[in-house]
This record gives sequence, C-alpha cells and structure tokens, in this order.
Amino acid sequence: MLREYLPVLLLLGFAAVNAVVILGLGELVTRTHPTEIKQQPYESGMAPLGDARDRFSVKFYLVAMLFIVFDIETVFMIPWGVHYQQLSCAVPLVDGACPAGQLSFFGLGEMLVFALILLVGYIFVWKKGGLSWD
Amino acid sequence: MTAPVVLSALAVDLAAWFPRHDPQQAPESVYTFAVASAIKMLIVFTLYMLGVALLTLAERKVSAWIQDRRGPNRAGPFGLLQPVADGLKNLMKEEVRPAGADKWLFIIAPMLAFIPAMLVWAVLPLATPLPTPWGLIDMAVATLPVGYLFMLAVSSLGVYGMVLAGWSSNNKYSLLGSLRSSAQMVSYEIALGMSTIPVLLLAGNVSLDAIIAQQAHMGWNVLSLTVAWFIFLVAAFAETNRLPFDLPEAEAELVAGYHTEYSGMKFSMFFIAEYANMATMSGLMAALYFGGWDIPFTQWDNEAPYSVLKTLATLSMFAAKTGVFLFLFMWVRWTLPRFRYDQLMTLGWGIMLPLALGYILVVATATLALDWLGVPRDWRFTMSLLALNVVLTALLLLWGDRGRLVSPASARLDARELARRRARSTVAPSTAMGAPSARVLATASDTEAQQAPAAQEVGA
Repeated sequence: MLREYLPVLLLLGFAAVNAVVILGLGELVTRTHPTEIKQQPYESGMAPLGDARDRFSVKFYLVAMLFIVFDIETVFMIPWGVHYQQLSCAVPLVDGACPAGQLSFFGLGEMLVFALILLVGYIFVWKKGGLSWD
Repeated sequence: MTAPVVLSALAVDLAAWFPRHDPQQAPESVYTFAVASAIKMLIVFTLYMLGVALLTLAERKVSAWIQDRRGPNRAGPFGLLQPVADGLKNLMKEEVRPAGADKWLFIIAPMLAFIPAMLVWAVLPLATPLPTPWGLIDMAVATLPVGYLFMLAVSSLGVYGMVLAGWSSNNKYSLLGSLRSSAQMVSYEIALGMSTIPVLLLAGNVSLDAIIAQQAHMGWNVLSLTVAWFIFLVAAFAETNRLPFDLPEAEAELVAGYHTEYSGMKFSMFFIAEYANMATMSGLMAALYFGGWDIPFTQWDNEAPYSVLKTLATLSMFAAKTGVFLFLFMWVRWTLPRFRYDQLMTLGWGIMLPLALGYILVVATATLALDWLGVPRDWRFTMSLLALNVVLTALLLLWGDRGRLVSPASARLDARELARRRARSTVAPSTAMGAPSARVLATASDTEAQQAPAAQEVGA
C-alpha cells in the first residue's frame, strides 16, 4: 500500500550520496592554501566592517509570520478543492457526475465563509501596514 | 510492532482524503517493482544532471542569440562540451571558506539546495506507461497518489539551503541575498499554491496522473483556467529567482546574493539546483496546465493498449512542452527589467494573493453554474470556462493593470512636487553649470524624476 513511496526514499538516498560524493571529490582533488586576506568575507575589495550577523529589518520576520498564516489557509483549501464536486451535490456522485436536480450550494457556501474570514484578516494586515515596504 | 500499524492507519487516512485515480497498474511482482524503480531512478537522475548541464549551455546560447553574439563555441562542436569544461574547472578550483563562517552549515547548505531539487522530479509522470514483458511500467520514478502535494512540499524545502548559505557565510551580501530570497519565495508560494486550487477543483484529485487524465479528457487547463496559469507563471519566475524577480542576486546590488562566498563544487551545486528548479517549474507547469504528456487533438495516446511508440511519442511531447517553458524563462530574462523590492512584495501580497483567492471563488461558482445548466464535463465545459477567462483577462489587463500598486518611484511623490522637480530637472543641466555643488545635489535627487518621464514616453 505504501510501496509507491519507496522509490522516493531511494531517490532521496541516491541524491544525498551524490551530493556527498560531489563535495568529497572537490575536497579530494583540490588543495586549499588559506591566507588571512583570502579568508576575509568579500565586501567589494574593502576590509569588512563589523560582523555580518547584525540586526536586519523586522519586515522579514513579519513576512515569514504572514506566510505561515496564509500558507495554512492554502493547505486547507486543497481537500476542499479535491472534494468540491461531491460537496456541491446533495447525494453521492454517480459516475463522477451529480444526478440532475441534486446540486447544492454547500461547498461554495463553505468556501465563501472561509474566504470572508480570510479577507477580514487580510484587510486587517493591510490596514496595519504589514504588507507595505518602503 | 506499532510502526506498521501507524503507517497503515496513515495510508488509509490519505486514501480516504485523496481518492485514488484509477491506478495505472504497477507491476505486480515485488522484484519487478524494485528493479524497475532502481532503473528508472538511475535514468531520471542521469537525464536530469545531463539536462541541467545542457540547460546552462542553452541559457548562454540563447542569451548570445538574443544579443546577436555567438556564445560559447570553443569547447567541442557548437560549444557542446562547454558544460564539461565548466564542471572540470569548478572541480579543480580551490575552495575558500571565509573566516567566521559556520563550518558545518556552510558545507551542508549546498546539499540542502541540491537534494530537494533532485527529489521533486520523482513524481512527474513523463509519458504513458511502458509495456514490458514484466508488466506495465509507470513512467515516473514514483507514482504517488499525492503527487502534487509532494511536489509542493519538497520544492519549498529548497529555501532552507539558501537561508543557511546566506547566514553561515558571514558575509553581508550573502545574508541580505538569502533574506530577500526567502521572503520572496515564501510570499510567492502562497500565490503559487492558490493558483493550483482551481486545477484541483476540475480534476478532483491531487495525483498528477489524474490531473493529466482530466486534461486529456476535457482539454488543457490553460484554456479553462487561463488566469490561474498566468498567476502560476509569474509565481514560478519568483520562486526560481529569475528575472524580473532576481533580486536575491541582483548583480549591481548584492554581487551574487546568497552564494557570494561559495566557490568550486559547492558553487556548482547551487548552480545545478537553480537550473533544476527551473526545469521542475517548467515540468510542473506543463503537467498542471498544458496536459503533461498529452498529445493535443487526438485520443490515440490516452487509450489502453499501450505501446513503446506511444511512450516515446508522449515522452517527446512532454519534453517539448517543458522545453518551451525553459525557453520562456531565458527569453523573459533578456526582455524585462528587474522589479524593485517593494514592487515585488506589493505584487505578491497586494495583487497575486487576492487575485488567486478571488479566482478560486470565480471558478467554483462557474463550475457549479455550468453543472446546473447541464453542460457536460467535456470540451463544452472547457470552452464555456474559456469564454469566462477571456472576459476576466480583458478586465485584468484593462482595469486591474493601472499602475496603482506596482508603481514607479515617481508615483510616491506629491503631484505638485513631482511637477516642480520635473520642471527643474529640464532646466537644471544648463543653469547649474556654474555651481558644481548645486548641480551634484540636483542630480542626486532628480535621478528618479528624470527617469520617470522617459519611462512614461515608452509606455505611451
């Protein structure tokens, strides 16, 4: 039953082994001659100023958090999309089609409510300035 | 003891949530399955590496063609051995690790970019099943019932490699590049995910086989879901960090972005991963919106007696579709200028996201209405949706594209202030000649204002 997933693991292992082999080959073939100047982080030829692990714009955190919220909404929509034809039919589908006169608004109504809640959150974020960069 | 129970419970659950599309008979025998999987994996992996190598050459050749140059033509006939030469050169290059870099993360990051890029291709159905003396062999490394979900999940793992590469390098360019790239990728992933929901609405399944079968039966999704395809296309450019969204490695600003400090084979792996992602996005676009391996205007390729000829024909069809999109990626690179970062973010969050969400509702309503009108789910259904899409596209281009949100820098100024600056900038070069300091100030503040009228003239 889960047999279909095994080739994925096989490919994962193969890709991982290949990645290690390629990097290992690079290490084996070449020899490093580190000097202090060569090891400096590149800053367009100037001596680096301070450390790179400095504070950066909080906007990036905000984008990450908003992503989590909206991505989860997207994931919730996937099962709904898959079952939409059944959800908008009052009786079980016959040969992949709804019998005449049995259509229902259940599926569409569900998504309208969901989208409305999502929209309220979206407008809130928009008005708070969470989506504007300057 | 408990692990198999949990696994089987999980499998039952998955099967209930995502009903299986009529399974193309996987070979019955375990040995056939194992051997076939191993062979397919080796072939796909080799083809993929070879394809990526050729893709780097193709990119340079197409660039040269567009710019009226010759491109690489020294190594081998037509420069065909150029990727080999590049690979060898990278292999022989000294690996430099900057002082202060996190040693292990610095080494692991390229692998984290490389492995998911290779893995995604596993579930794409490349052709119709191949008949062999041992049974029908599916032409995908793994025929997963949740193929599309797998692609969505694994392709988003690539962002870890970029973030870790940028952070571990201890370089400011790398860090900024990786921040930009991760913010951009997650922003557009939402639009990407939402633009594929209409496809699932029509197909009623998340297996890529079922999505292709539905398109073979009803007509390609690009006809019935044109707007969704367009959203997907734009998001795909942003996901792969290609122009016009290549801000993570904007050469003029960030040198090379997150892989500034990488050299030798580690750099090669990032390079391979980037091109592999481009190929994956093209393949996924072909599968979701252009019928995958389906040959248009004929049902010959979809019917049961499979043959080697059918497999070859459908395989070349899929390769051709993917190739067209790969060419589009390169073409756009030399056609469009780069976005500004705030424009990029506004486009993603302010336009693509609401557009994709609204489109889901429109398609859901339209399918319900068409079912209610009794339109059968075949080409008539597709054509009705196409008519809707033509209207929507016209609305989108005429009404939606007014330059409000993704605006030039000049649009942020007050209208009177802008007019004043423009008036001054036309006079400035002649009057300010005698006063160098004033001229320097004027040019510095007027750069944007001077460019704006020129851009408008081009637009008009």
